[in-house]
Amino acid sequence: MSTEPLLETVRLSKAFGGVQALLNVSFAIMPGELLGVIGPNGSGKTTLVNLITRFVKPTSGKVLYKGSPIHHLPPHQIVRLGIARTFQMVRPFYQLPAFKNMIIPLYSPRAKGLVGGRYGDRDAMALDLLEEVGFERDSFVAYKPAGALPQGYLKRLELAKAIALQPDLVILDELFSGLSLAEVASIVPIIEKMRIQGKTIIMIEHRLRELFRIADRVIVMNYGSKIADGPPDAVMEDDAVKCAYLGSETDSGD
Amino acid sequence: MKTRKERIDRGIKARSQDIFVLCSWREMLYLAGPRLLPVVVCLALPLVLSVYWQKVLISVAVFALLAISWDILSQSGMISLGQALFFGTGAYCAGIMNHYWGFSPLITLPLAALFGGLISTVLLLPVLRLRGVYFSMVTLIIPLMLVRVIEATKIFGGTEGLSGMDPLPSAGFEVYLIVIVFLAVLFGFRRLMDSDYGLVLKGISDNDRSVINAGINIYWFKAQALFIAASIGAFAGAFMTHVYMFVGMPVFALDYSILPIAAAVVGGPGTLAGAAMGAFILVPLSELLRGIGGLRIVFYGVFLVVCIVALPEGVFHYMERKYHQFERWVEVEK
Repeated sequence: MSTEPLLETVRLSKAFGGVQALLNVSFAIMPGELLGVIGPNGSGKTTLVNLITRFVKPTSGKVLYKGSPIHHLPPHQIVRLGIARTFQMVRPFYQLPAFKNMIIPLYSPRAKGLVGGRYGDRDAMALDLLEEVGFERDSFVAYKPAGALPQGYLKRLELAKAIALQPDLVILDELFSGLSLAEVASIVPIIEKMRIQGKTIIMIEHRLRELFRIADRVIVMNYGSKIADGPPDAVMEDDAVKCAYLGSETDSGD
Repeated sequence: MKTRKERIDRGIKARSQDIFVLCSWREMLYLAGPRLLPVVVCLALPLVLSVYWQKVLISVAVFALLAISWDILSQSGMISLGQALFFGTGAYCAGIMNHYWGFSPLITLPLAALFGGLISTVLLLPVLRLRGVYFSMVTLIIPLMLVRVIEATKIFGGTEGLSGMDPLPSAGFEVYLIVIVFLAVLFGFRRLMDSDYGLVLKGISDNDRSVINAGINIYWFKAQALFIAASIGAFAGAFMTHVYMFVGMPVFALDYSILPIAAAVVGGPGTLAGAAMGAFILVPLSELLRGIGGLRIVFYGVFLVVCIVALPEGVFHYMERKYHQFERWVEVEK
Protein backbone atom coordinates (compact mmCIF):
# COMPACT_ATOMS: atom_id res chain seq x y z
CA MET A 1 0.00 0.00 0.00
CA SER A 2 1.22 3.46 -0.83
CA THR A 3 2.48 5.59 2.05
CA GLU A 4 1.03 8.91 0.84
CA PRO A 5 -2.56 9.42 2.05
CA LEU A 6 -5.13 10.32 -0.63
CA LEU A 7 -7.01 12.65 1.70
CA GLU A 8 -5.99 14.06 5.03
CA THR A 9 -7.72 16.45 7.43
CA VAL A 10 -5.63 18.35 9.96
CA ARG A 11 -7.35 19.66 13.11
CA LEU A 12 -10.52 20.48 11.19
CA SER A 13 -13.03 22.53 13.20
CA LYS A 14 -16.39 24.12 12.55
CA ALA A 15 -18.53 26.23 14.85
CA PHE A 16 -22.05 27.33 13.93
CA GLY A 17 -22.38 30.36 16.16
CA GLY A 18 -21.87 28.99 19.66
CA VAL A 19 -22.34 25.37 18.65
CA GLN A 20 -19.06 23.51 18.11
CA ALA A 21 -20.14 21.05 15.41
CA LEU A 22 -16.66 19.70 14.81
CA LEU A 23 -13.51 20.07 16.92
CA ASN A 24 -9.96 19.30 15.81
CA VAL A 25 -10.74 16.25 13.69
CA SER A 26 -7.64 14.78 12.06
CA PHE A 27 -7.66 11.62 9.99
CA ALA A 28 -6.11 10.25 6.82
CA ILE A 29 -7.32 7.84 4.20
CA MET A 30 -5.01 5.74 2.02
CA PRO A 31 -5.71 5.13 -1.67
CA GLY A 32 -7.99 2.14 -2.18
CA GLU A 33 -9.22 2.11 1.39
CA LEU A 34 -12.87 1.86 2.47
CA LEU A 35 -13.27 4.02 5.55
CA GLY A 36 -16.44 3.94 7.63
CA VAL A 37 -17.48 6.95 9.71
CA ILE A 38 -19.98 6.21 12.47
CA GLY A 39 -21.34 8.01 15.49
CA PRO A 40 -24.61 8.95 17.20
CA ASN A 41 -26.96 11.54 15.71
CA GLY A 42 -25.56 15.07 15.78
CA SER A 43 -21.99 13.87 16.25
CA GLY A 44 -20.73 15.84 13.23
CA LYS A 45 -20.48 13.15 10.52
CA THR A 46 -22.32 15.07 7.82
CA THR A 47 -20.58 18.30 8.84
CA LEU A 48 -17.28 16.50 8.22
CA VAL A 49 -18.40 15.61 4.68
CA ASN A 50 -19.64 19.14 4.07
CA LEU A 51 -16.28 20.54 5.18
CA ILE A 52 -14.27 18.19 2.94
CA THR A 53 -16.45 19.02 -0.10
CA ARG A 54 -16.48 22.68 0.98
CA PHE A 55 -20.27 23.02 0.97
CA VAL A 56 -19.55 24.47 4.41
CA LYS A 57 -16.52 26.65 5.14
CA PRO A 58 -14.27 25.34 7.95
CA THR A 59 -13.63 27.62 10.95
CA SER A 60 -10.06 26.35 11.20
CA GLY A 61 -7.94 23.42 10.10
CA LYS A 62 -6.77 22.04 6.78
CA VAL A 63 -7.93 19.51 4.19
CA LEU A 64 -5.16 18.00 2.06
CA TYR A 65 -5.94 16.04 -1.10
CA LYS A 66 -3.03 14.23 -2.75
CA GLY A 67 -0.75 16.38 -0.60
CA SER A 68 -2.10 19.82 -1.53
CA PRO A 69 -4.59 21.94 0.45
CA ILE A 70 -8.12 22.11 -0.98
CA HIS A 71 -10.07 23.80 1.80
CA HIS A 72 -9.91 27.20 0.07
CA LEU A 73 -11.39 25.94 -3.24
CA PRO A 74 -15.07 26.36 -4.21
CA PRO A 75 -17.10 23.12 -4.17
CA HIS A 76 -17.29 22.65 -7.94
CA GLN A 77 -13.49 22.71 -8.21
CA ILE A 78 -13.14 20.10 -5.47
CA VAL A 79 -15.44 17.84 -7.51
CA ARG A 80 -13.21 18.44 -10.54
CA LEU A 81 -10.20 17.17 -8.57
CA GLY A 82 -11.99 13.84 -8.23
CA ILE A 83 -13.98 13.92 -5.00
CA ALA A 84 -17.63 12.99 -5.54
CA ARG A 85 -20.26 12.76 -2.85
CA THR A 86 -23.84 11.66 -2.42
CA PHE A 87 -26.31 13.49 -0.23
CA GLN A 88 -28.07 11.94 2.73
CA MET A 89 -31.24 13.68 1.61
CA VAL A 90 -31.28 12.73 -2.06
CA ARG A 91 -31.11 15.69 -4.40
CA PRO A 92 -32.40 14.61 -7.79
CA PHE A 93 -33.82 16.92 -10.46
CA TYR A 94 -37.41 15.99 -9.74
CA GLN A 95 -38.93 17.24 -12.99
CA LEU A 96 -36.50 15.38 -15.25
CA PRO A 97 -36.63 11.69 -16.21
CA ALA A 98 -34.13 9.57 -14.25
CA PHE A 99 -31.70 9.17 -17.14
CA LYS A 100 -31.79 12.89 -17.92
CA ASN A 101 -30.64 13.45 -14.31
CA MET A 102 -27.41 11.75 -15.32
CA ILE A 103 -26.74 14.20 -18.15
CA ILE A 104 -25.74 16.97 -15.74
CA PRO A 105 -22.81 15.12 -14.10
CA LEU A 106 -21.88 13.74 -17.53
CA TYR A 107 -21.79 17.35 -18.81
CA SER A 108 -19.38 18.44 -16.06
CA PRO A 109 -15.84 19.40 -17.17
CA ARG A 110 -14.33 16.41 -15.35
CA ALA A 111 -16.58 13.78 -16.97
CA LYS A 112 -16.27 15.47 -20.37
CA GLY A 113 -12.48 15.46 -20.09
CA LEU A 114 -12.22 11.83 -18.99
CA VAL A 115 -14.90 10.07 -21.03
CA GLY A 116 -15.85 12.66 -23.63
CA GLY A 117 -19.26 12.41 -25.23
CA ARG A 118 -21.04 14.69 -27.66
CA TYR A 119 -24.61 15.96 -27.54
CA GLY A 120 -26.81 12.90 -28.01
CA ASP A 121 -24.15 10.37 -26.92
CA ARG A 122 -24.79 11.18 -23.30
CA ASP A 123 -28.27 9.61 -23.25
CA ALA A 124 -26.72 6.22 -24.03
CA MET A 125 -23.93 6.76 -21.48
CA ALA A 126 -26.54 7.69 -18.87
CA LEU A 127 -28.56 4.53 -19.52
CA ASP A 128 -25.40 2.38 -19.27
CA LEU A 129 -24.47 3.92 -15.92
CA LEU A 130 -27.99 3.49 -14.58
CA GLU A 131 -27.97 -0.16 -15.60
CA GLU A 132 -24.74 -0.57 -13.60
CA VAL A 133 -26.47 0.58 -10.40
CA GLY A 134 -29.52 -1.58 -10.97
CA PHE A 135 -32.01 0.31 -13.14
CA GLU A 136 -33.35 -2.56 -15.22
CA ARG A 137 -32.54 -2.00 -18.88
CA ASP A 138 -35.70 -3.54 -20.27
CA SER A 139 -38.06 -1.70 -17.92
CA PHE A 140 -39.49 1.80 -18.07
CA VAL A 141 -37.98 2.90 -14.77
CA ALA A 142 -35.05 4.92 -16.19
CA TYR A 143 -37.51 7.04 -18.19
CA LYS A 144 -39.76 7.92 -15.26
CA PRO A 145 -39.50 11.41 -13.77
CA ALA A 146 -37.20 11.32 -10.73
CA GLY A 147 -40.05 12.66 -8.58
CA ALA A 148 -42.02 9.45 -9.21
CA LEU A 149 -39.22 7.03 -8.24
CA PRO A 150 -39.23 5.10 -4.95
CA GLN A 151 -36.52 5.79 -2.36
CA GLY A 152 -34.42 2.76 -3.34
CA TYR A 153 -34.07 3.99 -6.91
CA LEU A 154 -33.39 7.57 -5.81
CA LYS A 155 -30.44 6.34 -3.73
CA ARG A 156 -29.14 4.36 -6.70
CA LEU A 157 -29.57 7.41 -8.92
CA GLU A 158 -27.59 9.45 -6.39
CA LEU A 159 -24.84 6.81 -6.48
CA ALA A 160 -24.86 6.71 -10.29
CA LYS A 161 -24.50 10.50 -10.42
CA ALA A 162 -21.38 10.20 -8.25
CA ILE A 163 -19.96 7.37 -10.40
CA ALA A 164 -20.58 9.39 -13.57
CA LEU A 165 -17.99 11.94 -12.40
CA GLN A 166 -15.22 9.30 -12.58
CA PRO A 167 -14.06 10.15 -9.05
CA ASP A 168 -10.96 8.90 -7.23
CA LEU A 169 -12.59 9.42 -3.85
CA VAL A 170 -16.29 8.77 -3.26
CA ILE A 171 -18.01 9.98 -0.10
CA LEU A 172 -21.30 8.20 0.54
CA ASP A 173 -23.39 10.04 3.14
CA GLU A 174 -25.81 7.53 4.70
CA LEU A 175 -26.45 5.73 1.45
CA PHE A 176 -28.22 2.86 3.22
CA SER A 177 -30.58 4.91 5.38
CA GLY A 178 -34.24 4.32 4.58
CA LEU A 179 -33.53 1.19 2.53
CA SER A 180 -34.73 -2.34 3.19
CA LEU A 181 -32.28 -5.17 3.88
CA ALA A 182 -32.84 -6.54 0.39
CA GLU A 183 -32.11 -3.13 -1.18
CA VAL A 184 -28.94 -2.75 0.86
CA ALA A 185 -27.86 -6.25 -0.16
CA SER A 186 -28.29 -5.27 -3.81
CA ILE A 187 -26.24 -2.07 -3.44
CA VAL A 188 -23.29 -3.65 -1.58
CA PRO A 189 -21.99 -5.43 -4.73
CA ILE A 190 -21.96 -2.06 -6.55
CA ILE A 191 -19.73 -0.63 -3.82
CA GLU A 192 -17.48 -3.69 -3.92
CA LYS A 193 -17.18 -3.29 -7.68
CA MET A 194 -16.10 0.32 -7.20
CA ARG A 195 -13.37 -0.89 -4.83
CA ILE A 196 -12.10 -3.37 -7.39
CA GLN A 197 -11.87 -0.46 -9.85
CA GLY A 198 -9.49 1.15 -7.34
CA LYS A 199 -11.74 3.85 -5.95
CA THR A 200 -11.25 5.10 -2.40
CA ILE A 201 -14.49 5.26 -0.46
CA ILE A 202 -15.65 7.03 2.72
CA MET A 203 -18.99 5.78 4.02
CA ILE A 204 -20.96 7.67 6.65
CA GLU A 205 -23.33 5.08 8.01
CA HIS A 206 -25.81 4.23 10.73
CA ARG A 207 -26.28 0.63 9.57
CA LEU A 208 -23.27 -0.76 11.42
CA ARG A 209 -23.77 -4.44 10.60
CA GLU A 210 -23.72 -3.85 6.83
CA LEU A 211 -20.89 -1.33 7.09
CA PHE A 212 -18.59 -3.55 9.18
CA ARG A 213 -18.77 -6.32 6.58
CA ILE A 214 -17.15 -4.13 3.94
CA ALA A 215 -15.13 -1.46 5.79
CA ASP A 216 -11.33 -1.72 6.23
CA ARG A 217 -11.22 0.86 8.98
CA VAL A 218 -13.76 2.79 11.03
CA ILE A 219 -13.71 6.24 12.63
CA VAL A 220 -16.11 6.89 15.51
CA MET A 221 -17.33 10.42 16.13
CA ASN A 222 -19.06 11.82 19.19
CA TYR A 223 -19.88 15.44 20.06
CA GLY A 224 -17.81 16.68 17.11
CA SER A 225 -14.63 14.85 18.02
CA LYS A 226 -13.01 11.66 16.82
CA ILE A 227 -13.08 9.18 19.71
CA ALA A 228 -11.78 6.03 18.02
CA ASP A 229 -10.01 4.99 14.81
CA GLY A 230 -9.15 1.43 13.79
CA PRO A 231 -10.36 -1.85 12.30
CA PRO A 232 -14.11 -2.49 12.87
CA ASP A 233 -13.68 -5.26 15.48
CA ALA A 234 -11.17 -3.33 17.57
CA VAL A 235 -13.27 -0.16 17.50
CA MET A 236 -16.36 -1.86 18.86
CA GLU A 237 -14.36 -3.16 21.85
CA ASP A 238 -13.23 0.39 22.70
CA ASP A 239 -14.64 1.68 25.98
CA ALA A 240 -15.22 5.23 24.74
CA VAL A 241 -17.26 3.89 21.81
CA LYS A 242 -19.38 1.67 24.03
CA CYS A 243 -19.97 4.67 26.22
CA ALA A 244 -21.05 6.85 23.28
CA TYR A 245 -23.45 4.29 21.85
CA LEU A 246 -24.82 2.66 24.99
CA GLY A 247 -24.38 5.38 27.61
CA SER A 248 -21.93 5.16 30.52
CA GLU A 249 -22.48 3.37 33.83
CA THR A 250 -23.13 6.62 35.68
CA ASP A 251 -25.59 7.84 32.99
CA SER A 252 -27.68 4.70 33.14
CA GLY A 253 -27.35 4.37 36.91
CA ASP A 254 -29.52 7.30 37.94
CA MET B 1 -76.50 5.69 -17.29
CA LYS B 2 -73.51 7.87 -16.52
CA THR B 3 -70.82 8.81 -18.92
CA ARG B 4 -67.34 10.11 -18.48
CA LYS B 5 -64.85 11.69 -20.79
CA GLU B 6 -61.94 9.53 -21.80
CA ARG B 7 -58.70 11.05 -23.06
CA ILE B 8 -56.26 8.95 -25.04
CA ASP B 9 -52.91 9.88 -26.50
CA ARG B 10 -52.92 9.66 -30.25
CA GLY B 11 -50.89 6.75 -31.57
CA ILE B 12 -49.40 9.09 -34.11
CA LYS B 13 -47.75 10.99 -31.25
CA ALA B 14 -45.62 8.03 -30.23
CA ARG B 15 -44.83 7.18 -33.86
CA SER B 16 -43.85 10.71 -34.73
CA GLN B 17 -41.26 10.80 -31.94
CA ASP B 18 -39.13 8.23 -33.68
CA ILE B 19 -37.01 8.03 -36.83
CA PHE B 20 -39.93 6.20 -38.51
CA VAL B 21 -41.73 9.50 -38.77
CA LEU B 22 -39.79 9.90 -42.00
CA CYS B 23 -41.78 7.01 -43.48
CA SER B 24 -45.01 8.86 -44.07
CA TRP B 25 -46.05 12.35 -45.11
CA ARG B 26 -48.94 12.29 -42.69
CA GLU B 27 -46.70 11.77 -39.70
CA MET B 28 -44.13 14.28 -40.90
CA LEU B 29 -46.91 16.83 -41.30
CA TYR B 30 -48.20 16.01 -37.81
CA LEU B 31 -44.75 16.82 -36.47
CA ALA B 32 -43.91 19.79 -38.68
CA GLY B 33 -47.39 21.37 -38.83
CA PRO B 34 -47.37 23.10 -35.45
CA ARG B 35 -43.88 24.41 -36.16
CA LEU B 36 -44.51 25.55 -39.73
CA LEU B 37 -47.81 27.24 -38.95
CA PRO B 38 -46.39 30.11 -36.85
CA VAL B 39 -43.56 30.62 -39.35
CA VAL B 40 -45.94 30.90 -42.29
CA VAL B 41 -48.39 33.09 -40.38
CA CYS B 42 -45.65 35.43 -39.15
CA LEU B 43 -44.14 35.82 -42.60
CA ALA B 44 -47.51 36.31 -44.31
CA LEU B 45 -49.03 38.74 -41.79
CA PRO B 46 -47.07 41.86 -42.87
CA LEU B 47 -48.40 41.39 -46.43
CA VAL B 48 -52.05 41.51 -45.42
CA LEU B 49 -52.05 43.89 -42.45
CA SER B 50 -52.73 47.63 -42.61
CA VAL B 51 -49.97 50.05 -41.64
CA TYR B 52 -51.48 50.48 -38.17
CA TRP B 53 -51.64 46.74 -37.52
CA GLN B 54 -48.12 46.33 -38.86
CA LYS B 55 -47.02 48.60 -36.00
CA VAL B 56 -48.98 46.39 -33.63
CA LEU B 57 -47.20 43.34 -35.07
CA ILE B 58 -43.84 45.01 -34.35
CA SER B 59 -44.95 45.65 -30.80
CA VAL B 60 -46.12 42.03 -30.51
CA ALA B 61 -42.74 40.71 -31.71
CA VAL B 62 -40.86 43.02 -29.33
CA PHE B 63 -42.90 41.89 -26.33
CA ALA B 64 -42.58 38.28 -27.50
CA LEU B 65 -38.77 38.70 -27.45
CA LEU B 66 -38.94 40.13 -23.93
CA ALA B 67 -41.21 37.27 -22.83
CA ILE B 68 -38.79 34.70 -24.31
CA SER B 69 -35.95 36.47 -22.52
CA TRP B 70 -37.92 36.25 -19.25
CA ASP B 71 -38.67 32.56 -19.83
CA ILE B 72 -34.99 31.69 -20.45
CA LEU B 73 -34.11 33.32 -17.12
CA SER B 74 -36.96 31.66 -15.25
CA GLN B 75 -35.98 28.24 -16.63
CA SER B 76 -32.48 28.89 -15.27
CA GLY B 77 -33.89 29.61 -11.81
CA MET B 78 -33.81 33.41 -11.95
CA ILE B 79 -37.21 35.08 -11.66
CA SER B 80 -36.66 38.51 -13.16
CA LEU B 81 -38.90 41.52 -12.59
CA GLY B 82 -36.62 43.73 -14.65
CA GLN B 83 -36.88 43.01 -18.37
CA ALA B 84 -36.94 46.83 -18.64
CA LEU B 85 -33.27 46.83 -17.61
CA PHE B 86 -32.32 44.79 -20.69
CA PHE B 87 -34.73 46.68 -22.94
CA GLY B 88 -33.60 50.09 -21.71
CA THR B 89 -29.88 49.32 -21.76
CA GLY B 90 -30.15 48.10 -25.35
CA ALA B 91 -32.23 51.10 -26.33
CA TYR B 92 -29.72 53.59 -24.87
CA CYS B 93 -26.76 51.69 -26.38
CA ALA B 94 -28.28 51.99 -29.84
CA GLY B 95 -29.27 55.61 -29.19
CA ILE B 96 -25.80 56.65 -28.05
CA MET B 97 -24.05 54.88 -30.92
CA ASN B 98 -26.37 56.45 -33.47
CA HIS B 99 -26.72 59.93 -31.94
CA TYR B 100 -23.13 60.64 -30.87
CA TRP B 101 -21.09 58.47 -33.21
CA GLY B 102 -23.41 58.30 -36.24
CA PHE B 103 -23.34 54.52 -36.64
CA SER B 104 -25.96 53.20 -39.07
CA PRO B 105 -28.87 51.22 -37.57
CA LEU B 106 -27.61 48.01 -39.18
CA ILE B 107 -24.45 48.29 -37.06
CA THR B 108 -26.03 49.63 -33.89
CA LEU B 109 -28.57 46.78 -33.67
CA PRO B 110 -26.09 43.88 -33.28
CA LEU B 111 -23.65 46.01 -31.25
CA ALA B 112 -26.42 47.20 -28.90
CA ALA B 113 -27.58 43.59 -28.41
CA LEU B 114 -24.00 42.61 -27.54
CA PHE B 115 -23.10 45.55 -25.29
CA GLY B 116 -26.58 45.90 -23.79
CA GLY B 117 -26.33 42.23 -22.83
CA LEU B 118 -22.85 42.70 -21.41
CA ILE B 119 -23.72 45.82 -19.40
CA SER B 120 -26.88 44.26 -17.94
CA THR B 121 -24.97 41.10 -17.05
CA VAL B 122 -22.20 43.06 -15.33
CA LEU B 123 -24.80 45.09 -13.40
CA LEU B 124 -26.44 41.91 -12.14
CA LEU B 125 -23.26 39.87 -11.56
CA PRO B 126 -22.94 40.85 -7.87
CA VAL B 127 -26.44 39.53 -7.11
CA LEU B 128 -26.14 36.27 -9.06
CA ARG B 129 -25.71 34.44 -5.78
CA LEU B 130 -29.11 35.62 -4.56
CA ARG B 131 -31.99 33.26 -5.04
CA GLY B 132 -35.74 33.57 -5.35
CA VAL B 133 -37.45 36.81 -4.45
CA TYR B 134 -34.18 38.51 -3.43
CA PHE B 135 -32.85 38.30 -6.98
CA SER B 136 -36.24 39.49 -8.29
CA MET B 137 -36.23 42.56 -6.07
CA VAL B 138 -32.81 43.66 -7.29
CA THR B 139 -33.80 43.26 -10.95
CA LEU B 140 -36.88 45.36 -10.22
CA ILE B 141 -34.90 48.14 -8.56
CA ILE B 142 -31.96 48.55 -10.96
CA PRO B 143 -33.93 49.94 -13.97
CA LEU B 144 -35.80 52.34 -11.66
CA MET B 145 -32.43 53.48 -10.31
CA LEU B 146 -30.98 54.00 -13.79
CA VAL B 147 -33.92 56.31 -14.66
CA ARG B 148 -33.12 58.50 -11.67
CA VAL B 149 -29.41 58.49 -12.54
CA ILE B 150 -30.19 59.75 -16.04
CA GLU B 151 -32.61 62.36 -14.65
CA ALA B 152 -30.24 63.65 -11.98
CA THR B 153 -26.99 63.70 -13.94
CA LYS B 154 -28.63 64.85 -17.20
CA ILE B 155 -26.43 62.46 -19.23
CA PHE B 156 -27.63 61.21 -22.62
CA GLY B 157 -30.14 64.05 -22.97
CA GLY B 158 -31.47 63.74 -19.42
CA THR B 159 -35.26 63.99 -19.22
CA GLU B 160 -35.45 65.15 -22.85
CA GLY B 161 -33.90 61.96 -24.16
CA LEU B 162 -32.09 61.63 -27.47
CA SER B 163 -34.09 62.24 -30.65
CA GLY B 164 -33.47 62.34 -34.36
CA MET B 165 -32.22 58.77 -34.72
CA ASP B 166 -31.81 57.29 -38.16
CA PRO B 167 -34.82 55.16 -39.10
CA LEU B 168 -34.47 51.69 -40.58
CA PRO B 169 -34.28 51.63 -44.41
CA SER B 170 -38.01 51.00 -45.02
CA ALA B 171 -41.22 50.06 -43.23
CA GLY B 172 -41.24 46.63 -44.88
CA PHE B 173 -37.63 46.02 -43.83
CA GLU B 174 -38.52 47.07 -40.31
CA VAL B 175 -41.37 44.64 -39.83
CA TYR B 176 -39.65 41.71 -41.55
CA LEU B 177 -36.44 42.25 -39.57
CA ILE B 178 -38.17 41.97 -36.22
CA VAL B 179 -40.38 39.06 -37.31
CA ILE B 180 -37.41 37.07 -38.63
CA VAL B 181 -35.31 37.81 -35.54
CA PHE B 182 -38.26 36.75 -33.38
CA LEU B 183 -38.64 33.43 -35.22
CA ALA B 184 -34.88 32.76 -35.15
CA VAL B 185 -34.70 33.50 -31.41
CA LEU B 186 -37.77 31.37 -30.68
CA PHE B 187 -36.63 28.26 -32.58
CA GLY B 188 -32.92 28.70 -31.87
CA PHE B 189 -33.25 29.03 -28.12
CA ARG B 190 -35.95 26.34 -27.91
CA ARG B 191 -33.35 24.04 -29.40
CA LEU B 192 -30.67 25.29 -27.01
CA MET B 193 -32.89 24.69 -23.98
CA ASP B 194 -33.53 21.12 -25.18
CA SER B 195 -29.79 20.40 -25.46
CA ASP B 196 -27.54 19.15 -22.66
CA TYR B 197 -26.52 22.76 -22.04
CA GLY B 198 -30.15 23.75 -21.48
CA LEU B 199 -30.56 20.75 -19.21
CA VAL B 200 -27.81 22.12 -16.96
CA LEU B 201 -29.64 25.47 -16.80
CA LYS B 202 -32.90 23.72 -15.90
CA GLY B 203 -30.99 21.68 -13.31
CA ILE B 204 -29.88 24.91 -11.64
CA SER B 205 -33.49 26.04 -11.22
CA ASP B 206 -34.53 22.58 -10.00
CA ASN B 207 -31.71 21.87 -7.55
CA ASP B 208 -28.65 24.09 -7.67
CA ARG B 209 -26.59 22.25 -5.04
CA SER B 210 -26.87 19.07 -7.03
CA VAL B 211 -25.46 20.89 -10.05
CA ILE B 212 -22.55 22.20 -7.96
CA ASN B 213 -22.04 18.64 -6.79
CA ALA B 214 -21.61 17.61 -10.42
CA GLY B 215 -18.52 19.83 -10.60
CA ILE B 216 -20.25 22.58 -12.55
CA ASN B 217 -19.72 26.25 -11.73
CA ILE B 218 -23.35 27.37 -11.53
CA TYR B 219 -22.44 31.08 -11.40
CA TRP B 220 -20.68 30.82 -14.76
CA PHE B 221 -23.72 29.10 -16.26
CA LYS B 222 -26.12 31.58 -14.65
CA ALA B 223 -24.04 34.46 -16.02
CA GLN B 224 -24.24 32.92 -19.50
CA ALA B 225 -28.03 32.52 -19.24
CA LEU B 226 -28.25 36.10 -18.03
CA PHE B 227 -26.18 37.32 -20.99
CA ILE B 228 -28.33 35.39 -23.47
CA ALA B 229 -31.58 36.74 -21.98
CA ALA B 230 -30.19 40.27 -21.64
CA SER B 231 -28.98 40.31 -25.26
CA ILE B 232 -32.42 39.31 -26.53
CA GLY B 233 -34.03 42.07 -24.47
CA ALA B 234 -31.36 44.58 -25.53
CA PHE B 235 -31.97 43.82 -29.21
CA ALA B 236 -35.67 44.51 -28.71
CA GLY B 237 -34.82 47.83 -27.05
CA ALA B 238 -32.33 48.85 -29.73
CA PHE B 239 -34.87 48.03 -32.42
CA MET B 240 -37.54 50.21 -30.82
CA THR B 241 -35.07 53.10 -30.59
CA HIS B 242 -34.81 53.10 -34.37
CA VAL B 243 -38.56 52.58 -34.87
CA TYR B 244 -39.47 55.56 -32.66
CA MET B 245 -36.32 57.44 -33.76
CA PHE B 246 -36.10 58.44 -30.11
CA VAL B 247 -34.75 57.10 -26.87
CA GLY B 248 -35.61 58.47 -23.43
CA MET B 249 -36.41 57.54 -19.86
CA PRO B 250 -39.67 55.66 -20.68
CA VAL B 251 -37.57 52.73 -21.99
CA PHE B 252 -36.97 51.77 -18.35
CA ALA B 253 -40.73 51.84 -17.61
CA LEU B 254 -42.37 49.08 -15.62
CA ASP B 255 -44.49 48.03 -18.65
CA TYR B 256 -41.48 46.38 -20.22
CA SER B 257 -40.94 44.33 -17.03
CA ILE B 258 -44.50 43.32 -16.22
CA LEU B 259 -46.12 42.68 -19.61
CA PRO B 260 -43.57 39.99 -20.61
CA ILE B 261 -44.30 38.16 -17.34
CA ALA B 262 -48.04 38.38 -17.98
CA ALA B 263 -47.43 37.02 -21.50
CA ALA B 264 -45.36 34.12 -20.18
CA VAL B 265 -48.00 33.29 -17.57
CA VAL B 266 -50.92 33.42 -20.02
CA GLY B 267 -49.06 31.43 -22.65
CA GLY B 268 -47.46 29.02 -20.23
CA PRO B 269 -43.87 29.25 -19.00
CA GLY B 270 -41.13 26.72 -19.62
CA THR B 271 -41.37 26.33 -23.39
CA LEU B 272 -40.47 29.78 -24.83
CA ALA B 273 -43.23 29.14 -27.40
CA GLY B 274 -45.82 29.67 -24.66
CA ALA B 275 -44.29 33.01 -23.71
CA ALA B 276 -44.31 34.12 -27.35
CA MET B 277 -47.90 32.95 -27.76
CA GLY B 278 -48.87 34.99 -24.70
CA ALA B 279 -47.49 38.13 -26.35
CA PHE B 280 -49.46 37.33 -29.51
CA ILE B 281 -52.64 37.20 -27.39
CA LEU B 282 -52.12 40.09 -24.96
CA VAL B 283 -50.71 42.87 -27.17
CA PRO B 284 -53.39 42.73 -29.93
CA LEU B 285 -56.07 42.34 -27.23
CA SER B 286 -54.84 45.54 -25.62
CA GLU B 287 -55.13 47.29 -29.02
CA LEU B 288 -58.64 45.94 -29.64
CA LEU B 289 -59.79 47.18 -26.25
CA ARG B 290 -58.72 50.73 -27.11
CA GLY B 291 -62.25 51.40 -28.40
CA ILE B 292 -63.74 50.80 -24.98
CA GLY B 293 -62.04 53.79 -23.42
CA GLY B 294 -61.71 54.15 -19.67
CA LEU B 295 -62.64 50.63 -18.74
CA ARG B 296 -59.92 49.20 -21.00
CA ILE B 297 -57.58 48.26 -18.19
CA VAL B 298 -60.46 46.65 -16.25
CA PHE B 299 -61.39 44.38 -19.16
CA TYR B 300 -57.75 43.60 -19.72
CA GLY B 301 -57.31 42.70 -16.04
CA VAL B 302 -60.45 40.55 -16.01
CA PHE B 303 -59.18 38.68 -19.07
CA LEU B 304 -55.84 38.05 -17.33
CA VAL B 305 -57.52 36.76 -14.17
CA VAL B 306 -59.88 34.48 -16.13
CA CYS B 307 -56.97 33.14 -18.15
CA ILE B 308 -54.87 32.40 -15.07
CA VAL B 309 -57.73 30.79 -13.14
CA ALA B 310 -59.16 28.76 -16.01
CA LEU B 311 -55.87 27.73 -17.64
CA PRO B 312 -53.17 27.87 -14.96
CA GLU B 313 -50.90 25.69 -17.10
CA GLY B 314 -51.01 28.27 -19.91
CA VAL B 315 -52.61 28.37 -23.33
CA PHE B 316 -49.67 26.73 -25.07
CA HIS B 317 -49.53 23.72 -22.74
CA TYR B 318 -53.30 23.29 -23.09
CA MET B 319 -53.16 23.35 -26.89
CA GLU B 320 -50.16 21.03 -26.95
CA ARG B 321 -52.02 18.52 -24.79
CA LYS B 322 -55.17 18.68 -26.92
CA TYR B 323 -53.13 18.27 -30.10
CA HIS B 324 -51.73 14.97 -28.89
CA GLN B 325 -55.00 13.59 -27.47
CA PHE B 326 -58.43 12.73 -28.61
CA GLU B 327 -61.43 12.63 -26.34
CA ARG B 328 -64.61 10.58 -26.33
CA TRP B 329 -67.53 9.98 -24.01
CA VAL B 330 -67.69 6.45 -22.62
CA GLU B 331 -70.38 4.87 -20.47
CA VAL B 332 -69.52 4.20 -16.87
CA GLU B 333 -70.70 0.84 -15.58
CA LYS B 334 -72.71 0.87 -12.38
